[in-house]
Amino acid sequence: MSIPSQDNAIQGSRLIRALIYTVLIVFVIYYLLPLYVMLVNSFKPLEEIRGGDMLSLPDQWTIAPWLSAWSTAQIGVEPTGLRPYFWNSIMMVVPAVAISTVLGALNGYVLTKWQFRGHGIVFGMLLLACFIPFQIVLIPMARVLGFLGIAGTTGGLVLVHMVYGLGFTTLFFRNYYAAFPTELVRAAQIDGAGFFTIFWRILVPSSAPIAVVTIIWQFTNIWNDFLFGSSFADFDSVPMTVALNNLVSSSTGVKEYNVHFAGAVLAALPTLVVYIVSGRYFVRGLMAGAVKG
Amino acid sequence: MRDRLQNWLPRIVLAPSFFLILFFVYGFIVYTGYLSTTNSRMLPSNEFIGLSNYVKLFGLSHWETALTNLAIFGILYIGISSVLGLALAILLDQKIRAEGIIRPIYLYPMALSFIVTGTAWKWFLDPGIGLEHTLHQWGWESFHFDWIKNRHFAIYTVVIAAVWQSSGFVMAMFLAGLRGVDNEIIRAAQIDGASGWRIYRRIIIPMMRPVFLSAFVVLAHLAIKAYDLVIALTGGGPGRATELPATFMYSYTFTRNQMGVGASSAIIMLIMIFSIIVPYLYSELRSEGRR
Repeated sequence: MSIPSQDNAIQGSRLIRALIYTVLIVFVIYYLLPLYVMLVNSFKPLEEIRGGDMLSLPDQWTIAPWLSAWSTAQIGVEPTGLRPYFWNSIMMVVPAVAISTVLGALNGYVLTKWQFRGHGIVFGMLLLACFIPFQIVLIPMARVLGFLGIAGTTGGLVLVHMVYGLGFTTLFFRNYYAAFPTELVRAAQIDGAGFFTIFWRILVPSSAPIAVVTIIWQFTNIWNDFLFGSSFADFDSVPMTVALNNLVSSSTGVKEYNVHFAGAVLAALPTLVVYIVSGRYFVRGLMAGAVKG
Repeated sequence: MRDRLQNWLPRIVLAPSFFLILFFVYGFIVYTGYLSTTNSRMLPSNEFIGLSNYVKLFGLSHWETALTNLAIFGILYIGISSVLGLALAILLDQKIRAEGIIRPIYLYPMALSFIVTGTAWKWFLDPGIGLEHTLHQWGWESFHFDWIKNRHFAIYTVVIAAVWQSSGFVMAMFLAGLRGVDNEIIRAAQIDGASGWRIYRRIIIPMMRPVFLSAFVVLAHLAIKAYDLVIALTGGGPGRATELPATFMYSYTFTRNQMGVGASSAIIMLIMIFSIIVPYLYSELRSEGRR
């Protein structure tokens, strides 16, 4: 977000400025603390966590908890670590994000540049679908997935995430394309360009900003999903979030906190990386759409 | 022929999404609504029993706990996130030099899964090993903070973790709103001799009304849907102390084999969300149409 700061800054003494900075820094600590605690403790041996304080750096650095979380920790009945679940999540996220983004772009294009009677109702239905509590679809979805023979598979989860992402992807592209000059589309039409030619040659090349927003949004939501994963997944499709929860809440044996933290950071890593690399564009784009009121 | 096709093409392109949504969203809502009027238990059944499930639902102390918790959680979560978000946005808007560093730090929790957030806070708040233990080690022996293990206070720990996750996002919404305020208005007020805080209180904050509304809608629907965080943080416990409608629905449907009651609780959740969202979307779409 590089929106320039304005002149509504409060004119104040140095004391007030110092106070403002203090408050801001206190909150920096508040937001960073849980992440810091997870990170430092994931590098400590277990005895050190039990005996020592949670804020201190490890006396004895170790990467054993990370190795264990990734490849040997007991999850469910198998000592597989989080690795297979990480790949399950990847296999689920990539197609679901790709399909819902492409469909969202096409829908947004139709709903703004090729409006037909009833387009408002279609958009309203898609929009409302963004906000339903997913509890309402759990029971019928379980039956439909079973009927289609894809219950407990990654393919089934892709379908679920793709469908329930359509509302948001359509909304993002529709709001973005609404501001795109329709005259350009009409001119191309007069020149004889067809529906897909116009989309491909004129709209797609200028869609990068909204594509970034949509992809980040979908990626974070689907990667972080827990409800669908815990309802519809079997061993070879269980996503990372569900596996992490199983790891942390398994009651057998000693609680290996350091392994739990390493696992939690592993589960958070993909979305954190995406956010750090492209978060600026995301916030800028999202705000342009969300708070235009 | 080609023209005909061109005319229909937009509708053909939109059709798959339309039918998917029609079936998987609206069809499913109708089906769940239907199930809520049957005596389905472990498997769906077709025996119609009217509104008995709803009567039963509202007679359950378990559901009452879930609703009470939702009220406590919802009010505090929305209230604290909004106030904190606005306050941080105003402070960040004072030409802060390190804004580019601070803002993403406030915002990053939004990228995390609630399961990760729950894991981190569960441990942090655990008296045996987290904050309390650490402060004891530092010599503050009398420090006592065991809310997460306490039936009366556990729901507030859910609020703490949820606010941590969402308040940065609300801050970003308000910051974008503040940056959109017309400079002229502020200059005029300054010429009239209004002081900094007065300008905020009397002019700028009232102008944030649409942002308050958007934030409210976003947070309210997140609160009603809240599920993962409770599962990871407290598992609904101790006892049922942190049960929410979303966890209630799941356990009644899938572990207690009371599908009819589960379906009726899902319908109630839907009604709660729609009564907030529908008027909001309606007014948004109308004002957009007028523009």
